[in-house]
Amino acid sequence: MSSEPMLRVENLTKRFPGALALDAVDFSLKAGEVHALLGENGAGKSTLIKCLTGAYRRDSGEIVLDGQPVDPRDTFDAQKLGIGTVYQEVNLLPNLTVAENLFMGRQPLRFGMVDTRSMNRDARQMLAQYGLEIDVARELSAYSVAVQQIVAIARAVDLSGKVLILDEPTASLDAHEVRMVFDIVRSLREKGLGIIFITHFLDQVFEISDRLTVLRNGRLVGTRAIAETERLDLVTMMLGHELSQETREHAAERGGKPETRFRFRGFGRARSIAPFDLDIGRGEVVGMAGLLGSGRTETAEVIFGIRPHDSGSAEMDGAPLALTSPRKAIAAGIGFCPEDRKTDGIVGDLSVRENIILALQARRGWARPLSAREQNTLADRFIKALDIRTSDREKPIKLLSGGNQQKAILARWLATEPQLLILDEPTRGIDVGAHAEIIRLIEDLCAEGMSLLVISSELEELVAYARRIVVLRDRAHVTELGGAEIDTDSIVRAIAADAGTEIGT
Amino acid sequence: MKSRYLPLAATTAIFLIAYALCYAQFPAMLSTRVIGNLLTDNAFLGIAAVGMTFVILSGGIDLSIGSVIAFTTVFIAVVLANSSMHPLAVFALALVITTLFGATMGAIIHYLEMPPFIVTLAGMFLARGMAFVLSTDSIPIAHEFYSVLQSLYWRMPGGGRLTLIGGLMLLVFLIGMVLAHRTRFGANVYALGGGVATARLMGVSVGHTTICIYALSGLLAGLSGIVFSLYTTAGYSLAAVGVELDAIAAVVIGGTLLTGGSGFVAGTLLGILIMGLIQTYIIFDGTLSSWWTKIVIGVLLFVFIFLQKGILWATSRNAAALENAHGR
Amino acid sequence: MNAETLGAVRRFLPQIVALFAILAINTAVFPGFLDITVQNDRFYGSLIDILNRGAPVALLAIGMTLVIATKGIDLSVGAVMAICGAVAASGVAGGGSVAMAVTTALVVGVACGAWNGMLVAMLGIQPIVATLILMVAGRGIAQLITEGVILTFNNEGLAFFGSGSIFALPVPVLLWIGMGVLVAFVVRRTALGLLIEAIGVNRRAATLSGVNSHVLLITVYMISGLCAAIAGVIAAADIRGADANNAGLWLELDAILAVVIGGTSLLGGRFTLLGSLIGAMIIQSINTGILSSGFPPEFNLIIKAVIILLILVIQSPALRTFVVFWRGPKEEVFDKEQSAP
Repeated sequence: MSSEPMLRVENLTKRFPGALALDAVDFSLKAGEVHALLGENGAGKSTLIKCLTGAYRRDSGEIVLDGQPVDPRDTFDAQKLGIGTVYQEVNLLPNLTVAENLFMGRQPLRFGMVDTRSMNRDARQMLAQYGLEIDVARELSAYSVAVQQIVAIARAVDLSGKVLILDEPTASLDAHEVRMVFDIVRSLREKGLGIIFITHFLDQVFEISDRLTVLRNGRLVGTRAIAETERLDLVTMMLGHELSQETREHAAERGGKPETRFRFRGFGRARSIAPFDLDIGRGEVVGMAGLLGSGRTETAEVIFGIRPHDSGSAEMDGAPLALTSPRKAIAAGIGFCPEDRKTDGIVGDLSVRENIILALQARRGWARPLSAREQNTLADRFIKALDIRTSDREKPIKLLSGGNQQKAILARWLATEPQLLILDEPTRGIDVGAHAEIIRLIEDLCAEGMSLLVISSELEELVAYARRIVVLRDRAHVTELGGAEIDTDSIVRAIAADAGTEIGT
Repeated sequence: MKSRYLPLAATTAIFLIAYALCYAQFPAMLSTRVIGNLLTDNAFLGIAAVGMTFVILSGGIDLSIGSVIAFTTVFIAVVLANSSMHPLAVFALALVITTLFGATMGAIIHYLEMPPFIVTLAGMFLARGMAFVLSTDSIPIAHEFYSVLQSLYWRMPGGGRLTLIGGLMLLVFLIGMVLAHRTRFGANVYALGGGVATARLMGVSVGHTTICIYALSGLLAGLSGIVFSLYTTAGYSLAAVGVELDAIAAVVIGGTLLTGGSGFVAGTLLGILIMGLIQTYIIFDGTLSSWWTKIVIGVLLFVFIFLQKGILWATSRNAAALENAHGR
Repeated sequence: MNAETLGAVRRFLPQIVALFAILAINTAVFPGFLDITVQNDRFYGSLIDILNRGAPVALLAIGMTLVIATKGIDLSVGAVMAICGAVAASGVAGGGSVAMAVTTALVVGVACGAWNGMLVAMLGIQPIVATLILMVAGRGIAQLITEGVILTFNNEGLAFFGSGSIFALPVPVLLWIGMGVLVAFVVRRTALGLLIEAIGVNRRAATLSGVNSHVLLITVYMISGLCAAIAGVIAAADIRGADANNAGLWLELDAILAVVIGGTSLLGGRFTLLGSLIGAMIIQSINTGILSSGFPPEFNLIIKAVIILLILVIQSPALRTFVVFWRGPKEEVFDKEQSAP
């Protein structure tokens, strides 16, 4: 193995309007190594990959491949240079056969016709190298995601052959399938390919990679050799906290134990989140910490009825609650600010006012409209109270910045005066000023007696306002921290605690 | 059974059962005479439906074909009546025009990123309007070459006649099958139906393929118009109203997914035959009225759309379960 | 109020200008075009004729506007017209009362809409596919009711819906204006309009906010069915007979065109009933103009095609991207990056 890197990225910067997605990031990849790329959502992993594959053009910085500076214009250009990518959502066509997928656009021809027989034969041979013996004349959708992933890898390697980027290839695979994919990754490493491996499963990082690089908020946190990295270091790098940090004063020290309002017992849904017990008190903020994919969002979605629970029960003030659909959850006084504002939150073409009153109006029903004056009063009150920066309340919400959109969604739920508000990553992707305001809001809300369940990757935030913190791992609630236990140090330890022999799911 | 073949198998089963039931009631329906007529009567629809199959496989729709057929018949009749051009030359000219017409719609769909539905709707109005501009009357065609073509047939065992246009339809289906399943173009059509973004990532030239698909549909609609003019020996601008609906119905009953990406050209032939069979049965019965054809086709449409939805659910359940397990 | 009117005028300026331009051309060609006379206590004239003849498309456009606002489309309205016309005609032809016949027709129309809505909302079938079923089967059903003939009737009560007049205005005109005002009042004075727009823009986010999208979708298709039923009754009453083959033929396309001309996007969301009604009148003005010019009525197909092409070019997302790019990248670009995975 040569120690000279095959791919070198220096000072890569990519700027989007209003956000710096990559800030002078360095990265290197050697031939014959598996290099894990880690970071929470929005850390800049995808942007880095897209700059490498030509999906984005970088603003500044250098990409050097085999000693030559390169500048891929698009995916095909990157492919020609030797950089191939396999995405989590298999980027193949499920309605075509395996062989057609492998040879799309370069099918062997005979007298101008596609020579299906020799195409299938070549496909079989190609897959045999990966230990895969399947009927290549069947359509791709007939096979498991793992097989589809391997087909995608085979195609990418066949087309490119130097650098293989695996973007969360194992996210929807079970343990056995992960092993299948890993065997292939190892054999490709033997052949001298450089492999960039993106995942959020730490066990997999330790199992397969040689080195790892962590990004956070578009900046490089560091690159380490796997052999020299402890689990705890890694979590610390990802979540961004020094263990020596002094314990801050936090919410847990304020006041005594509040009366329990919401009580969940054995609440869960198969394959989404293991049954959990959870109590939330009046005016209490319960935090949920865990890495991406640990079951945080799933907990929220099961409570809110988006994925109806199939076990357990819920009650409020001792009375049973039916939480089988969002409408029922809303009727029960629950609100939910989703993580993905764009697809699940804002109704883009509608005005700020309409977005704010939407949930309240939906609960009242179409026949009992809020009058124009009530709507304006409500909208103006929240625009003022939450300091939503908009030229006027009739501006389409899609024209607002991310932080202001987030505050408008928050206003939508506050307008319904909920008993319990669930916030999924309320501060993601918004600027520092808005960030602080949203935290202040959360504190005000709980002071007014509203119960809050807050999911966040920002541990310092959680420490600042949460009375108790539920730690999740592998789609289950594993620990609950309360009182003096709450500090970033113990949260990181709880998250990093060895998940045992499990891999993947 | 591979799920891909399930709708085709259902179509085949429906056709065989329907034919068996018809045969049980009217044994004469199995004669080659009936089969010959079935092919002749549906030749123009079948040819147009092949084009529609490609369009739907790619995830699009073409509402213009009925109007293009009418335009072609009027064009041929008008040119033959007012010039001394040989019908074959007129045919060639008509095909060039309709192919360019289809290609233009494809280009608009691709470059202006507009839904095929509305673009081909404009095409539908335009083609019908052009036909009216040429002539609003039904113009009989009295060229001796037409008589020659019409007298060409192959006498099948049993006395049935496979006419030129019936044979032409079978030939078009054969070419369509080869084109769909044995060429790169065919693979690209399926790829577009599977997902435009993914197809583009996999190196399919989306613009080129889209234009070719609608050009093909235009070409076959033109050919269908020629066949229609041979069938009726006239050109009439109000002819073939609603043929696009019949063609869409035939494609769907033939087991092709209306959302694209899955189906077979051979299925469309079965769809055409099923629709022809219903009409033949109604004629044989004598007491049933012709409107039952539309109702039965509507019911079959619903059954197939429902069936396809069911298959989609069944095949995606695995994926959905996994997706649920992992959030997004 | 004045400011509101002014705003509406400004908003529909292109449509209003187009309408007046067409009327002006007609007037230039036929000097008597704008004349309105009174005979037998009823207004007559080309303008009244436009309002009268445009009734079916205007009615269909009302329902179609709401359906399109939910990101849907209803291809079956022409066929539903034929069914409901046949139901009404067979009702009175069989000796029933006019009220009974019309009520049955309206109920049948609403039921057709409910069927479409169910396929769209419950089974998740694409609207264009779901409504295609009834579009194909509908005329067969209508023929089943009329038993294949043009079912004529001689009932003044039913014919009143087509040729009668109240306050010197033809009944169809009052019906479409009345229905337009009623629907506009209902959707704008209740929260229905807002909730429909929310579904059309982002169905998932709306559902997560507690909007009952299933019920709303079905309701919207039912309104479309109701509008088609009224149009069907008018069409049948007008010719004193139900023509299952030709009643409402291709009117779904005219209705869609009217909605698009009126300024409602085919991609759903913001809708305008007034715009759609102006659109319907624009289409009818062209029809009437061509008719009175002596050209065969089918000539306006070419004009319609040209209009669609123009709208296509104006509404094209590709063109809009180009314009945004040309003006300098703004929020739109930012939006795209944010939604990138």
